[in-house]
Amino acid sequence: MGRSGKLRRAIDELSRGQANLSARVRENWLALFGDQSSDDLAKLDRLPTQLNEYGFDPFGFQPEFAKLVVPLFALIYRHYFRVKVYGIENLPAGRCLLIANHSGQIPLDGMMIGCSILLDADPPRFIRSMIERWIPSLPFVSVFFARLGQVVGTPENCERLLRRGEAILVFPEGSRGISKEFRRRYQLESFGLGFMRLALATETPIVPIAVVGAEEQAPSMLNFEALAKLLNMPSFPVTPTFPLLGPLGLLPLPVRYHIHFGEPLQFEGDPNDEEDEIGRKVEVVRSTIQRMLHDGLSQRQGLFR
Amino acid sequence: MNETSKILITGISGKLGQLLAARLHRDSEIIGIDRRPFRRRPKDVDHNQIDIRRKKAEDIFRTQSIAAVFHMGIIHDPRKNSEEHHTMNLIGTQKILDYVERYRIPKLVFLSSANIYGARATNSQFLNEESPLMAATSFHQIRDLVSVDMLVNSFFWKHPEVETVILRPVHIIGDVSNAPSNYLRLPVVPTILGFDPMVQVIHEEDVVEALTLALRPGIRGVFNIVGPSPVPLSQIIAILGKPNLRLPLPVFRPTLERLWKLKLTSFPPPEIDFIRFTCMVDGGRANRVLEYKPLKSLRETLEIIQQDDIYHITR
Repeated sequence: MGRSGKLRRAIDELSRGQANLSARVRENWLALFGDQSSDDLAKLDRLPTQLNEYGFDPFGFQPEFAKLVVPLFALIYRHYFRVKVYGIENLPAGRCLLIANHSGQIPLDGMMIGCSILLDADPPRFIRSMIERWIPSLPFVSVFFARLGQVVGTPENCERLLRRGEAILVFPEGSRGISKEFRRRYQLESFGLGFMRLALATETPIVPIAVVGAEEQAPSMLNFEALAKLLNMPSFPVTPTFPLLGPLGLLPLPVRYHIHFGEPLQFEGDPNDEEDEIGRKVEVVRSTIQRMLHDGLSQRQGLFR
Repeated sequence: MNETSKILITGISGKLGQLLAARLHRDSEIIGIDRRPFRRRPKDVDHNQIDIRRKKAEDIFRTQSIAAVFHMGIIHDPRKNSEEHHTMNLIGTQKILDYVERYRIPKLVFLSSANIYGARATNSQFLNEESPLMAATSFHQIRDLVSVDMLVNSFFWKHPEVETVILRPVHIIGDVSNAPSNYLRLPVVPTILGFDPMVQVIHEEDVVEALTLALRPGIRGVFNIVGPSPVPLSQIIAILGKPNLRLPLPVFRPTLERLWKLKLTSFPPPEIDFIRFTCMVDGGRANRVLEYKPLKSLRETLEIIQQDDIYHITR
């Protein structure tokens, strides 16, 4: 009994020590971000997501964990890319599919759209995006994405989240969009059709989003596809700074992001219709975003302004 | 159930069999079949300590008027001689199915497991009853459970005159010797560094509740059975108040393989996937059709495995 008592005390002390340490790290970390961040964190308490008594939603989203990361994202959002948001009042209250153009070699556009609907929308919303299917097999990354509410991209997951009233971000261009070369900037690639079938099946409004600015954060002069294949990467862009400056060259230019939210589009029809019919509806969304991109570009005063 | 109705339970000597017998024996006459003796048997339970493949088992079906069969006699012990088990499980189940058909038993309830869907990186967060049973692709010892489930499934389609029910509960936690309970009973619980999947557990009594509900006339089909709302594995270990030893996969896997070879652990190395990826199910159908709802909270579910622990619930 004496031995197990000692062991238990030791383990208790250890776990108390760990808890104290993590509380202190947390305080100091949050103190780095100043007063603004407590307003931002309060928004995470106002999310419509239903949590269980331990603070998780069924997908592993934990707003308490998001509180540690959001201040950093907010810093990038406000002070690095100095994001301007237009038409955020178009964001409906319930479930919606946010459909956006994908660009910039490094996928920061999703994070910025996520910041905009959390920090600049009222009531605040939390973005749920569909991540690649191999991500759950990566250590740390898998947990990081899950606690931040990002979900493996299967149609079943998307439908379940929509029925729970969440806002889901989809880039129908996929990786074709993000890795396109600079000369084809702001020209949308072809769209996948999956999001439209889900929107029809769940009668979900589609919010078209145009992100202007991200194309110039890392202008790719050439996509070295053979090398990308060799290195098992989705693409190997050659930009003015990469690979010239090494990993540092991956740092995106501090361009200004402009995020335009269009009016919600509501479609009706059979989700199992043939490709052509679904394709026609998708084309409506695609041309709307393309038009919003053109308008956004003509309004823009300069890359950094 | 009227007083003449008899219920046959295979694998009655297991913990769940005992709980089910205890639950039903006041209202129905219980007949048990198990190779093992039935300790602490209620006096009115008629236990037959025989192998279900023996002729005597058929005699029970022939001579008694049985209203329902609970088939829970599947042996899943990855350590034991697997060929022997494979035959026993498949032949035994086939016999039960034959007898149910031959002696026109109106109800068959089979206890399967949600593990047969398999824990995979590409899984949807919640799998429904139509999801493919992928577990055996990486974990061969589980193939028995997959094949038996499929055997009963095809029986369900071939014999509409029998109300066949297949229950697939998530990780059962209880005063039992099964993999999840044994794992959580360890004084220091090892997990994989950098992985923390959401997991579903269920209290053994909730499983018995679902089994009992399956007995209602008109109930048929496949049902996933879930317990309280899912939480990350690390949260379960925290509720138990146990230290969590996080080991990187390149250390965890070879260590486990070595321990397994030396027979120092009952945790088969391929089962690592269950603490690495999600294997969770949607219990919606059981909720709507079976009208099943878990009665135990997560805390109550976890309480039963730490009764003889030196640790206690801390939060």
